[in-house]
Amino acid sequence: MPARVSLFVTCLVDQFFPKVGLAMAEVLERIGYRVEFPEAQTCCGQPAFNTGYREEARQVARHFLEVFGQADYVVVPSGSCTAMITRHYQELFAKQPEWLERARRLAPRVWEFSRFLLEVAGVEDVGARLEAVVTYHDGCHALRELGIREGPRRLLARVRGLELREMESSEECCGFGGTFAVKFPELSGAMARTKLEAIRRTGARYVVSIDSSCLMQIGGALSRAGLPVETLHLAEVLARR
Amino acid sequence: MTPLYQINIRKTLADAHLEEAIYAATARLMDHRRQVVAPEVLPDYEELREQARRIKQHTLENLDAYLEQFEAQVQGRGGVVVWARDGGEAADFLLELARRKQARLIVKSKSMTSEEIGLRERLEQHHLETVETDLGEYIIQLAQERPYHIVAPALHKTRYQVGEIFSRRLGVPEETVPEKQTKIARAVLRQKFLAADIGVTGANFLVADSGAVVLVENEGNARLTTSAPRIHVAVAGIEKLIPRAQDLAVFLKLLGRSATGQPLTVYTSLLAGPRREGELDGPEEFYVVLLDNGRTRVLADRDKRQSLYCIRCGACLNHCPVYRRIGGHNYPWVYSGPIGKVISPQFQGLMQDPWLPFASSLCAACAEVCPVKIEIPRLLLELRAEIVKTWRREGRKRLERWAFRLWAWVMRRPRIYEMLGLAAGALMGEEGGRSWLAKAPALLNAGPLRAWFSQRDLPPPGRTFRQLWRTRTARVR
Amino acid sequence: MPRESVLHKVRTALARKAGQPAAPAPPPRLRIPALDPEARWEQFARALEKLGGKAQRVADPAEAGRSVAALIGDRPAVASQAPYLAECGITRLPSVQSGFRDPAALRAACAAAEFGITSAQYALADTGTLVIAASGQEPRLISLLPPVHIAVLPAGRLLSGLDELFAVLPAPAECASALVLITGPSRTADIEQILVRGVHGPGEIHVIVVDGRETTG
Repeated sequence: MPARVSLFVTCLVDQFFPKVGLAMAEVLERIGYRVEFPEAQTCCGQPAFNTGYREEARQVARHFLEVFGQADYVVVPSGSCTAMITRHYQELFAKQPEWLERARRLAPRVWEFSRFLLEVAGVEDVGARLEAVVTYHDGCHALRELGIREGPRRLLARVRGLELREMESSEECCGFGGTFAVKFPELSGAMARTKLEAIRRTGARYVVSIDSSCLMQIGGALSRAGLPVETLHLAEVLARR
Repeated sequence: MTPLYQINIRKTLADAHLEEAIYAATARLMDHRRQVVAPEVLPDYEELREQARRIKQHTLENLDAYLEQFEAQVQGRGGVVVWARDGGEAADFLLELARRKQARLIVKSKSMTSEEIGLRERLEQHHLETVETDLGEYIIQLAQERPYHIVAPALHKTRYQVGEIFSRRLGVPEETVPEKQTKIARAVLRQKFLAADIGVTGANFLVADSGAVVLVENEGNARLTTSAPRIHVAVAGIEKLIPRAQDLAVFLKLLGRSATGQPLTVYTSLLAGPRREGELDGPEEFYVVLLDNGRTRVLADRDKRQSLYCIRCGACLNHCPVYRRIGGHNYPWVYSGPIGKVISPQFQGLMQDPWLPFASSLCAACAEVCPVKIEIPRLLLELRAEIVKTWRREGRKRLERWAFRLWAWVMRRPRIYEMLGLAAGALMGEEGGRSWLAKAPALLNAGPLRAWFSQRDLPPPGRTFRQLWRTRTARVR
Repeated sequence: MPRESVLHKVRTALARKAGQPAAPAPPPRLRIPALDPEARWEQFARALEKLGGKAQRVADPAEAGRSVAALIGDRPAVASQAPYLAECGITRLPSVQSGFRDPAALRAACAAAEFGITSAQYALADTGTLVIAASGQEPRLISLLPPVHIAVLPAGRLLSGLDELFAVLPAPAECASALVLITGPSRTADIEQILVRGVHGPGEIHVIVVDGRETTG
């Protein structure tokens, strides 16, 4: 009986990047997991939490805990949403012991996708092939809240035909920041342009990340600038063969 | 109407030369720091940070005891401790002292605390000549501006601008070579040092067990300020206390490295009281002004108390993608960058500039480099929540509050969430919403979508994941 | 009273009572590496030269005296009354002024001199730092006003770094009204981050480390 994983695809992937979710499912199935998609899922609550709307965030977080409370593993194609669930839920429910307990119990079973592959599945090579030069962008929350730095690079190194060319300041924020991107559009746009320039200088065909939110910002700016670089989520790279 | 802070931010962003200069300058500071905290150079860096944070936490939790110990130590060495509830009281003490001592000239070394209370301006209002002696701060004084950066006040000035400022204010020929500009400042300020009656400094640390004021600098101006005039007055916030001189071994290693990438700054002075029997120089009188000015209010907040751990190294500014683009003058108060976003609302009032804690992408680069491990992003989130609470109480920001309530309502109802997602996708059409937006009513046109499209595109809509998943599952079966 | 008001606010914020002693502080963190004298000298010289200072090692006090004489030539210099400088014969050099009794005379001489010569209580190997305790014999202005600072000290005073300094000197305020750590020449990078040496303090620094046993101190 193969182990069961529940996908939390995140609202962003659901609405804008459905292929990322499919790619993630495909990779997980390829290495022997039974993949489920709890249909009642929506969002982790981060947009409200980050904008200061704690009560609204709590409502949505409770919904999340109800949907996923019984899952063996929850795999998430986002470092940012994973950090929200595993770390910030505990702040959010600091004064609600019952929900705090539920959040604490679930946290160790919630995994960012790349980390799940390496640390739970113990797989570095998923049999992927992509003949291309790519560059990797470190999403801030994956990097600084979850400490994910080398893992995705190790996974990329095992992709046949792929050459990883590091960009300058890959750890610098792309400027997304949730509602920051619309509260301070020019500032966010200026940050994206620096990122674009770093990406352009690598000559890479694809920019890869483990967060679709960064890729939405970077991809949107690439498209606006008319640069011939495409965004790919790590799951999409690993699904190619 | 576009708020002023947005207009100012846009102005800075539009100045490509300035933005590039700040970005490059901070990049150098980042690089310098990285070299001296690298594990092969400083293997116990993380332990030092941990110890520094522990010491700061402990000191603040027992602050009254350490303040009294410090006071007794200073008095025991013939110095005087003065307490000031706010900037007005600190300035009044200095003015009264100057009057009593018939002082006419004050030299100052750079201090964020004195910037915070506008000390120089207050003294000048009373016709007391007060001269900044740190080169960068002197340039800023001559330019009649506010420091651009906690550590490098004139970071934004080019040498050509400095040449023009010196020529206009000092009547010297315009000189654009920094080495020669420095010589000009040295000559002018040397005369001021030797003529000054009072030297005013801040303090990087106050050592409780020694009654010592610790000053850290590179130029020698703080040494001159505390060696030449006959009176030394240090004005320092009460949060500067550390328990023991031995704790300096930890803090000095972190401060220089984090600020400028120096293992130690050029000069570190531990000053304990006036000159002693037999000494030929050093101040005859030694005063320490212990300033509250809102610090006790911050201290009372257990969670945000950690904002007072700050040792003003400026590393969070250098590493902040926001500071690096908007520079130091777009922040509403003297403290800029991430730490400014955290302490300004606490000192100045939460609702003074409610936009400030939101002007962050929460990338956490600041927390990663903070030598005392202040959780800046977490504090920003706390402040945002407090601001939203206030809006709620005061019935403001109706539209945003309504939008989030609606959002939360939808997010708990998967069916409605799905239907709305599909509807939005259909509305947006081929171009991912741009064409639709152009035809949208003005109200929507001013909203978040408009802001999004002002800078970038949106992925073209298609089927949602759950639609594709259903198709896939059906196929597999 | 501001004093009572501030202290009261602090105690209220912390829920502490007047006179309540501080809780035990975390123990100080001092880590002193084992470093032999040769390594100390090498580290010190490397660190100081990296900062643009000059480090020189001589065999005995007499050679130190000759080195200083060669450095200053017949240009005006002031020297402190540190006994070690006398032992090296520095205070007796013809162009050296020393033995000041009057503050104004000291200040005038320092303002006019091209060299300021001091000893140092300690030096720190890992950072290339001089540690000077102000006293009647060692005034502050000598290492501050002249454009060039020369320091002469016996090799035995080389400590490994800050941790050892605060281990041997746990209460620095007891020994001096001013303890100054000097790490290289005075510098600034306030204009376009271009490094300029010699802003308000000396732009040049020479440190002469003397081998052999110290007889005065």
